[in-house]
Amino acid sequence: MRALLLRDLMLAIRAGGGFGLGLAFFLIVTVLVPFGVGPQTELLSRIAPGILWIGALLACLLSLDRILALDWEDGSLDLLATAPLPMEGIVTIKALAHWITTGLPLVLAAPVLGVLLSLPIPAYQWVVISLAVGTPALSVIGTFGAALTVGLKRGGLLMSLLVLPLYVPTLIFGAEVARRGAEGLTVQTPLLLLAGISFGVIALLPFASAAVLRINLR
Amino acid sequence: MVLTVRDLAVTRGGLAILEGVSFDLKAGEALVLRGPNGIGKTTLLRSVAGLQPPEGGTVTGAEDQIAYAAHSDGLKAMLSVTENLKFWASVFGLSDIESALVAFDLTELRNRMAGTLSAGQKRRLGLARLMVTGRPIWVLDEPTVSLDAASVALFAEAVRAHLQQGGSALMATHIDLGLDEARVLDLTPFKAAPRTRQMDEAFL
Repeated sequence: MRALLLRDLMLAIRAGGGFGLGLAFFLIVTVLVPFGVGPQTELLSRIAPGILWIGALLACLLSLDRILALDWEDGSLDLLATAPLPMEGIVTIKALAHWITTGLPLVLAAPVLGVLLSLPIPAYQWVVISLAVGTPALSVIGTFGAALTVGLKRGGLLMSLLVLPLYVPTLIFGAEVARRGAEGLTVQTPLLLLAGISFGVIALLPFASAAVLRINLR
Repeated sequence: MVLTVRDLAVTRGGLAILEGVSFDLKAGEALVLRGPNGIGKTTLLRSVAGLQPPEGGTVTGAEDQIAYAAHSDGLKAMLSVTENLKFWASVFGLSDIESALVAFDLTELRNRMAGTLSAGQKRRLGLARLMVTGRPIWVLDEPTVSLDAASVALFAEAVRAHLQQGGSALMATHIDLGLDEARVLDLTPFKAAPRTRQMDEAFL
């Protein structure tokens, strides 16, 4: 298991790996939005938490099809399936590697990029907290989508269609935490719901991902 | 008896292609599957390896005993030869890769990126992976593709050493490996009779 995680992380930072792809996309979104909205600092700071969350979500989505498709193409997935690792463990490690290479950098970059969107001062900590709690759910749900579409040629579009509705609850509660934090309101309810979603999908979805992966490997 | 296959029936793309396949594999024994293209050698091997549930029949003794090698080698282009082998060794809970490197003449290539190897060298690395799994049953699908005569000899030598250590091998190949101890099973007589499938299966 640890070997698989280390290999995925090493592959991500080697040339041609996916590391930085999501981060670059996130940067582009947050740089371009102020140009699109125009010089209205007050409006910008009102929409900043939502923009940061949408940017993070789309950045995650961008790299999802790499989670399993690359291993499928070179045959590693077949060999991993015959290795003494449980399939549930494999998909969990894959999701964890995706979170470390995509979700975690987004969490760390969000406060820096928040400056560009003139994010209100009290919102910084809540944007970081909500992303830290919510992005693991994005990776786990995304791995489920990748498992559903592995082996399909050009499965990326289908995967986006399958995954986006599943992302909506995470987005709603994540952005709500950041928005309420920005306005100085209490964030307890949406934060607990966001954490509930994350823990729920981390506990359940690996079993679903492993099951569909077994079917897709036939 | 290491591996027992009884009355196995397999399907590809929803069509039955083989049925009634039975064979035994003992320790120290090699079985070569023969048959024309499309007869179902790959599908049969995938079923034995547990990647595909068989349509009927049983495979016993395969659980956690099989090292499977297919058409693609499962190598990462951006990892070196050593890193690729080390990864697979640690997945299978082992750490020694030196004997595998020596057996397939890869010691000089050990620090090269797998993506820069030739097709035959990649194949040799893919086969060297079998040796670091420590599994007793090798299930090999066309192992000699893109290997030259010298490499085929290396491979035959590795299989022979594996058999002598009490392992066994099940492989689909058209090349004569010069393994005198290998039995040959022709799959042509097991070709499934064409039949119409029941309608409701389409909705399951």
